[in-house]
Amino acid sequence: MLYAAVAAGSFRRYATYRIATASGVFTNTVFGFIIAYTYTALWTARPHLGGYDLPQALTYAWTGQALLAATGLLTGGGMDELQERIRNGDIAVDLHRPADLQLWWLAADLGRAAFQLIGRGLLPMAVGTLAFPSALPASAVTWLLFLVSVALGVVVGFALRYLVALTSFWLLDGAGVSLVAMLLCMFCSGMVLPLNVFPGAFGEVVRLLPWSSMLQVPADVLLGVHDGTGAALALAFQAGWAAVLLAAGRLLQSVATRKVVVQGG
Amino acid sequence: MRVGTRDTAPGARRQEEPDGTGRREEHGFIELDGVEKVFHVRRKAGRLRRVREEVRAVDGISFSVPRGAMVGYIGPNGAGKSTTVKMLTGILVPSGGRLRVAGIDPARERTRLARRVGVVFGQRTTLWWDLPLKDSYELVRRMYRVPEAAYRRNLERCVELLDLGPLLPVPVRQLSLGQRMRGDIAAALLHDPEVLYLDEPTIGLDVISKAKVRGFLREVNAERGTTVLLTTHDLTDIEQLCRRVMVIDHGRLVYDGGLDGLHAVGRSERTLVVDLERELPPIEGVPGARTVKVEGPRQWLAFPAAQSAAPVVSAVAERYPLVDLSVREPDIEDVISRMYAGSTAP
Repeated sequence: MLYAAVAAGSFRRYATYRIATASGVFTNTVFGFIIAYTYTALWTARPHLGGYDLPQALTYAWTGQALLAATGLLTGGGMDELQERIRNGDIAVDLHRPADLQLWWLAADLGRAAFQLIGRGLLPMAVGTLAFPSALPASAVTWLLFLVSVALGVVVGFALRYLVALTSFWLLDGAGVSLVAMLLCMFCSGMVLPLNVFPGAFGEVVRLLPWSSMLQVPADVLLGVHDGTGAALALAFQAGWAAVLLAAGRLLQSVATRKVVVQGG
Repeated sequence: MRVGTRDTAPGARRQEEPDGTGRREEHGFIELDGVEKVFHVRRKAGRLRRVREEVRAVDGISFSVPRGAMVGYIGPNGAGKSTTVKMLTGILVPSGGRLRVAGIDPARERTRLARRVGVVFGQRTTLWWDLPLKDSYELVRRMYRVPEAAYRRNLERCVELLDLGPLLPVPVRQLSLGQRMRGDIAAALLHDPEVLYLDEPTIGLDVISKAKVRGFLREVNAERGTTVLLTTHDLTDIEQLCRRVMVIDHGRLVYDGGLDGLHAVGRSERTLVVDLERELPPIEGVPGARTVKVEGPRQWLAFPAAQSAAPVVSAVAERYPLVDLSVREPDIEDVISRMYAGSTAP
């Protein structure tokens, strides 16, 4: 299938950047240590903050580092490239292909995420688990649910970044929108602090936003916070956002390709 | 003669081609009828004020290209060439007029048409930057659902004619410009397209790569009967490949006919540059040529582009101490500006 080949190609493509991967692993591990020490101090001062005990909080921290590259919590995660292609007009080449633009980029992003989950996620997670107390599950089913949840998180992350990237059809420079999107994502995904730490209505709202699908929900699935139906609901929540955001992306895509100038001679 | 205006378009100056590549064919493979593309651009006018400006990139173009033809589509920068190609592929929707390729409206059925069309945007690449060239071709095979046998046959042919063999395992980012361009041209042909649009396929290439690309295109056109529309800056591309040439300027078709006719209309001239042994007074008495510039021992002689350089060279060599010489071809900008100058003269 075409899109499977696109995903596989994208995987191989990211696999060629060995030094970038190595330095990414190093960075993730260092940041993991910093956040783990911070959380240790925080959860020692306020035990059971947000319903987590210390090992759960620490596992949350390392899950964040493991998913950071894959779901694109901090970076554009590959969408900078789409933005650049729109800006310089290379998108004309993509549009000419007898393939769907969104599916193409989704496939490429899934391939990228798969590589980064393995290449950049496994090692920091292993180091963190050895160096700190951890609450990793023993059940294979939980791990399986976690992987599904991560996959859905990647799709939600992609759908959000795709929307941001498409704004480049109207805005000649997408840097501002990207920056706002990145900050929103960093905070609302639970990257800075787990979202269940936030009290009251604010916490309720943040947990319902799509960004929570990218870290908070997968981490909770891994930590076994939900029971059986709860886990199913969590996955349904992610799938719902994925569907809504992908549909929004399609809509914006059709408006963009119909109306907007393909830039550059 | 006047350059085609809106009332006379779709006329422009047309020369009937003896081989029937002119307007005689009723249903061309590519049909444009009064096609327009208008962009609206916002321009700053003062601190806060923005003015909406209309840019007519393509301003009422009509032409017809029969199946199997190889046609040059030339014009200066910003004339509307690439915009036309983008409308032909369906990436841009025309603001007005009627456009059909193989009977299909490209903007409405872009994907369906794309399976029958190959495009090379010379300054962009369809290849996958970080992966071996071969991988991009595999992707093309899946994208266009090329049957295995046809794919292998086409790839072999391209590899042979474009010397791609050693390049297949090389990541595209490591290819030189000429190699990449050859790779892109092959990618556009693997699915046996009926029509091939080439937007500046020789831009930035060295002489050897250019020759290779031209030879290949000639072959593809002759062998498979692929209709080719070639956009270029390089008149030599046209001279070597196309019997018919269309000139576009400011979004309008200003000439449609044979290349000789273009030279005649544009009164274009080639230049013979000669290096003499020593400084001498301007060369005189060479039939058909006149000396236009003298700089020390070097002199420039202009002669009509349609005329052979041989008699000019031999006439000079006979009577002057010749050290070195070169012939410069007229460029498109030159020809077109002369066309305009000619059209306003009485």
